[in-house]
Amino acid sequence: MKLNLKIWRQKSTTDKGHFEQHPIDGVIPEMSFLEMLDVLNDTLSAAGKENIAFDHDCREGICGSCSMVINGVAHGPTRGTTCQTYMRNFRDGQTIVIEPFRATAFPVLCDLVVDRSAFDRIQQAGGFVSVNVGGAPEGNSVPISKVNADLAMDAAQCIGCGACVAACKNASAMLFVAAKVGHLRLLPQGEPEAKDRVKKMVAQMDSEGFGNCTNQYECEAVCPKEIRADFISLLNREYLGASVFPRPM
Amino acid sequence: MKLNARVPDGPLAEKWDNCKMGMKLVNPANKRKYHVIVVGTGLAGGACAASLAELGYQVSTFCFQDSPRRAHSIAAQGGINAAKNYPNDGDSVERLFLDTIKGGDYRARESNVYRLAQTSVNIIDQCVAQGVPFAREYGGQLDNRSFGGAQVSRTFYCRGQTGQQLLLGAYASLNRQIEKGRVKSHTRHEMMDLVLVDGKAKGIIVRDMVTGQIERHAADAVVLASGGYGPVFYLSTNAMGCNVSATYRAFKRGAMFANPCYTQIHPTCIPVTGDFQSKLTLMSESLRNDGRIWVPKKQGDTRAPGTIPESERDYYLERKYPSYGNLAPRDIASRAAKEACDAGRGVGQFGRGVNLDFADAINRLGAKTIAERYGNLFDMYSHITGENPYQAPMRIYPAVHYVMGGLWVDYRLMSNIPGLFVLGEANFSDHGANRLGASALMQGLADGYFIAPYTITDYLAGMKPSGDTTQTKEFAQTESEVGQRLSKLQNVKGKHSCQEFHRELGKLVWEYCGMARTKAGLTKVLGLIPELRNRFWKEVSVPGSGQGINQALENANRVADFLEFAEVMCTDALTREESCGAHFREEYQTEEGEAQRNDEDFSFVSAWEYAGEGTAPLLTKEPLQPEFVKPSVRSYK
Repeated sequence: MKLNLKIWRQKSTTDKGHFEQHPIDGVIPEMSFLEMLDVLNDTLSAAGKENIAFDHDCREGICGSCSMVINGVAHGPTRGTTCQTYMRNFRDGQTIVIEPFRATAFPVLCDLVVDRSAFDRIQQAGGFVSVNVGGAPEGNSVPISKVNADLAMDAAQCIGCGACVAACKNASAMLFVAAKVGHLRLLPQGEPEAKDRVKKMVAQMDSEGFGNCTNQYECEAVCPKEIRADFISLLNREYLGASVFPRPM
Repeated sequence: MKLNARVPDGPLAEKWDNCKMGMKLVNPANKRKYHVIVVGTGLAGGACAASLAELGYQVSTFCFQDSPRRAHSIAAQGGINAAKNYPNDGDSVERLFLDTIKGGDYRARESNVYRLAQTSVNIIDQCVAQGVPFAREYGGQLDNRSFGGAQVSRTFYCRGQTGQQLLLGAYASLNRQIEKGRVKSHTRHEMMDLVLVDGKAKGIIVRDMVTGQIERHAADAVVLASGGYGPVFYLSTNAMGCNVSATYRAFKRGAMFANPCYTQIHPTCIPVTGDFQSKLTLMSESLRNDGRIWVPKKQGDTRAPGTIPESERDYYLERKYPSYGNLAPRDIASRAAKEACDAGRGVGQFGRGVNLDFADAINRLGAKTIAERYGNLFDMYSHITGENPYQAPMRIYPAVHYVMGGLWVDYRLMSNIPGLFVLGEANFSDHGANRLGASALMQGLADGYFIAPYTITDYLAGMKPSGDTTQTKEFAQTESEVGQRLSKLQNVKGKHSCQEFHRELGKLVWEYCGMARTKAGLTKVLGLIPELRNRFWKEVSVPGSGQGINQALENANRVADFLEFAEVMCTDALTREESCGAHFREEYQTEEGEAQRNDEDFSFVSAWEYAGEGTAPLLTKEPLQPEFVKPSVRSYK
């Protein structure tokens, strides 16, 4: 396949940035999208030109490093992460526009690499159970219904990639925060700190410059782990409850 | 060099308690005066950093990823072992110990493995308390499944994402300490070198991967939890960033590298499809609970798998190992797959694949149950291959997955350099010559939560806080060496990308130091690696500047280390003239083609010492003296 790539280049956060055209030949359907970029970078290296910077690591859809918008869709045309996108989903001769995730809270560091440390700070604000090593009771001492354990796992699968933010017109991080809050809220271990947790995490989310949710569900549509927007309702309910009744009655 | 493993006295079951009782403590008010650096934030590093901070120490963590949560532990699928005996099927600490020792083909230190088995039960409790959503039974109790190399069900799991959930647990504990100000997290920072002062580990030199700045960081102790070196083979199931650099730089500063030739080839990965390929994807071993592995009996049989009648299929694992069947350990299952493909009975485009068939399980349990157990793995398979594993068997082939080798550590997880502790996959300690499935997560967390916090405390208790000074000649000297090397890489200005050399190195070591090794092959490759390395230093192209993000420079820096390390690995494989676990020397096999160990001459840990550039490393042997288990022929029949 021959493709025409239009790739975002930006030297640093303060640089204005621009699109660069890169025609590429010899792409085969079995290649992953990132392997196609590897081939392009090999050619650039051989010519002594700067490589296109992009975040990637596990290349199996679990580390959450990749952060590209392909033809306007976060992670590209198929469900899953960019690294799980294969060239069989593109046509010979197609133009492919590749951009970084765009959001005020995710400043571009270089080319397709963005700074997602805001997600870390949201979790540092309260996304944990306060238990020290050594203080844990016997694992089976608190039974947890399979239904709740499964639901908690549905939320906990979030890989923190930020596609939800990139897809949202408001650059809202509600799906991410909802997944984190939902996971711990659905387990008895998370219960004692639940009210405090939701308030702190939402406050941090707001201070990072993420927008609000206006129920468009673009986040749900691109989430590689298919986390449901229902969790946003749970987050809203929890937040409201914690604000109206700050202490357990 | 003289190695002292500091194994405590006493009966096996009491060694760890004895050891803890003999250790010194640090007064709670004094703990904050000590500073510990932790390199790597996976299960071992993340857990260790959080636990040390909980105790009150000042901790700095470093990871090359953009968040501690992205360390490669995140990708572990299947599960974590623990001797809880919840299914009442006869498990115990002793049995987990025995299975692990036998799985490692009697090449692990008994005392370490016993402690690992003892600690395993605490890990599950700790993780449940953190809110790790383990799979549950309908009654609300924790669920278990089976894994290779064991006849009990002792594996705890979170669908096919166990590593992710355990890491998120450790990351949450780490976040809690970051929020309290006890941990300073440095993301997108890569360790470039280790700094020794008076022979003790006192700090590291790192590169800020965003600004390109070289920084000095001092501490009272340094923990390396930097993972494994699987990508020395280029293609592996590891993340692209996994590397040997942190441990190799420590090796060049005097730390011993132990058993580098023990590299695990995982039997169930998606086969290679072409030269451009950058990584291989693992399909969890847990699939072997319900999937049956087979190849056609006839050579070159290209019929669709569904149309091959039962009588013309060879379920070779069930045939050769009737008692363990499809759950034979990884090294054995991998070699059997290679054997079938070498005999021309492989399936798929290049004939390098075997069928992993779920048809029977789907008939027996229904597609819904199978989807519940393995849904995400089936999805992943169809994403990558464009095929539907509910309808046709998966095609799998072995791939490099994990390394049992790593820096040498004593019982207290300290290397031969005082103050340098090594945890998780980065050390060599617990898996002998072959790791059993679901044991890596167990080891990483045991090291991080339950062992290192005690042993590091004991080390710190014996010294005064050093006050984090980086204005010394040792720091200046190491920093300048780091700078020189980086500019040297950039000034080669050749015409070939660093990937080309990496791919070539991978092909060499896979061919000659992969699933089967010979004296002739290893001797040959030991001549080829230096040639390739010389070409690299003459022809590599590392474009861009040292400032700002430069991924070509990051890669070149890692590949340069792989090009040196590969020689140490192949030297180790050449000198170990026996077959054991994952190390299979074709010259040493039984009539039936099984690995033939030589306990008389090779019951030792090979610890290698750096002897200067272009000089062969020096071997020191740590004898393994099995006191409690009598090594026998490892049979899974």
